[in-house]
Amino acid sequence: MMKSDFWRAFVRNKGAVLGLVILIAIVVLAAFASVFFPGDPWEMATAPFQPPLSEDALLGSDMLGRDIASGIAHGARVSLLIGLTSTAAALAIGVTLGALAGFHGGKVDDAIMRFTELFQTIPNFVLAVVLVAIFTPSLTTIVLAIAIVSWPPLARLARAEFLSLRTREFVQAAITTGQSSTSIILRQILPNSLSPIIVSASLMVATAILLESSLSFLGLGDPNAMSWGYMIGAARTVIRQAWWMSVFPGLAIVLTVLALNLVGEGLNDALNPKLARSRG
Amino acid sequence: MLGFAQLFASRLVKAAAILIAIVVMNFFLVHAAPGDPAMVMAGEAGAADEKFVAQLREQFGLDRPLYEQLGTYVAKVVQGDLGFSYRQQRPVWDILAERLPATLVLTLTAFLLALAAGVALGTLAAIAVGTWADSAITVIALLAYATPIYWIGLMLSLLFSIQLGWLPAFGYETIGAGYTGLAHVADVAVHLILPVITLALFYMASYARLTRASMLEVRGLDFVKTAKAKGLTQSRIVTRHVLRNAILPVITVAGIQAGQLVGGSILIETVFAWPGIGRLAFEAVLQRDYQVLLGIFLVTSIMVILFNILTDILYGLVDPRIQVSQ
Repeated sequence: MMKSDFWRAFVRNKGAVLGLVILIAIVVLAAFASVFFPGDPWEMATAPFQPPLSEDALLGSDMLGRDIASGIAHGARVSLLIGLTSTAAALAIGVTLGALAGFHGGKVDDAIMRFTELFQTIPNFVLAVVLVAIFTPSLTTIVLAIAIVSWPPLARLARAEFLSLRTREFVQAAITTGQSSTSIILRQILPNSLSPIIVSASLMVATAILLESSLSFLGLGDPNAMSWGYMIGAARTVIRQAWWMSVFPGLAIVLTVLALNLVGEGLNDALNPKLARSRG
Repeated sequence: MLGFAQLFASRLVKAAAILIAIVVMNFFLVHAAPGDPAMVMAGEAGAADEKFVAQLREQFGLDRPLYEQLGTYVAKVVQGDLGFSYRQQRPVWDILAERLPATLVLTLTAFLLALAAGVALGTLAAIAVGTWADSAITVIALLAYATPIYWIGLMLSLLFSIQLGWLPAFGYETIGAGYTGLAHVADVAVHLILPVITLALFYMASYARLTRASMLEVRGLDFVKTAKAKGLTQSRIVTRHVLRNAILPVITVAGIQAGQLVGGSILIETVFAWPGIGRLAFEAVLQRDYQVLLGIFLVTSIMVILFNILTDILYGLVDPRIQVSQ
């Protein structure tokens, strides 16, 4: 598809443009967190329990005198980092399994789909909690746990795409000319099934951020990385006296996830124009 | 009814297979958990010399090959023995059984509320498509998608318990009130309101969106035109013809999402100090009580399987064709 067509379809969705603007602002905040808020977000910056709009803490401070605004900026890094890497890992697992199932069909398909179904039945958040708790919380275990519980929908999607594309003429032609399965999967089918996968992946980044925040809310975050969920979890017990400690990090999560979802919908409109029009 | 019974039986077989896979997975997770059980026991006993640990290992079969241990483990689980929590000095199953009813009440109520309210709102949006009511429902759904449920819970309790003082902020019942009979039920119900609404909100939004989309699709099909041509009233067409067909994908998704609902109860019960399995999971995480945590994993998986069977039954009730065609 032409680039300009893509943009025209994307900007037609007002929500998607708004989402993109918010998302860019959050990425900038994350990238320049140490410029805007130099110093460790874990360090005491001012007196504890400072309400918002205080002199040295715009969004207030927490019970240990840490700056909430600084925590939000540094937390944005962790959220985006974990959202992106765990989605990439989930894509690697899900698309590989889905592609194999859809391309080979038959017994391979059966076996892989049973496996996928198993993972869809398991309560995914419980599994993530168990995995992170057992393998001790760190960025790596969190990313892997999120990937392990999030890949099944991607596998199903990839499988459906591969199943339908496999019978198309260009794939049949590639098979007749004697190309290897790997080459057909990677060079012929995958590029043609990318758009729905990209849309799902963009929505999955949002889900991954929510999952990460839930884990760190329960105290299963990386102990060295400031995170939004951790801030809310830690401030939960003092919510009566200090609402701002839980409200602002929560708003940060809502804004980020909302922005990602809006962008995802815009991508959907732009990449699957037929679907978008028929839905309208 | 034979068709439905057959379908039901095949679902049960599938559920059993999934259950066995989960038990095996649980076994390997038990193994991966830090802390050799023999060492833990030795530590509890206050003697950690090599010989004693080796003796314990032999006694509990920890020196046997892995597949043999797996066999013993499966046999134990089948008998309801989920291991022993050394932190609480009680069998895991006893701890779980005590907490199970509270979680079942919470998740089932939330599930049914989400389904009923979601379908109702989605229908409303589909009938009023393009109006402010439709847009409002769409916007609320978008927001509900983006908001972490534990944060919704905190905000609702900030508003309704702390600011307005209408509803209790946490717990299962008023401690020390000593209510009995109906008064007790009413007391628990009041405590249930906030957790249930919080847990149901996300799924309500999700089902509302789905119902709306599905109804808009079904609305244009031929049999609906026929119904209109026959001169049926609008409300009859919507409820008997459109909704009944449009609701099927909603039930399917509800079944798939049951697992998330059960998982979400960990967060909700933590926020509202609801004394169920979810709250227990939070405590187990804090204490690193892996035996309890893995017991929870198994029990919640079984709950999901039961929810799936429940949605299968619902599906059969809504769509009688299943009895014939399957």
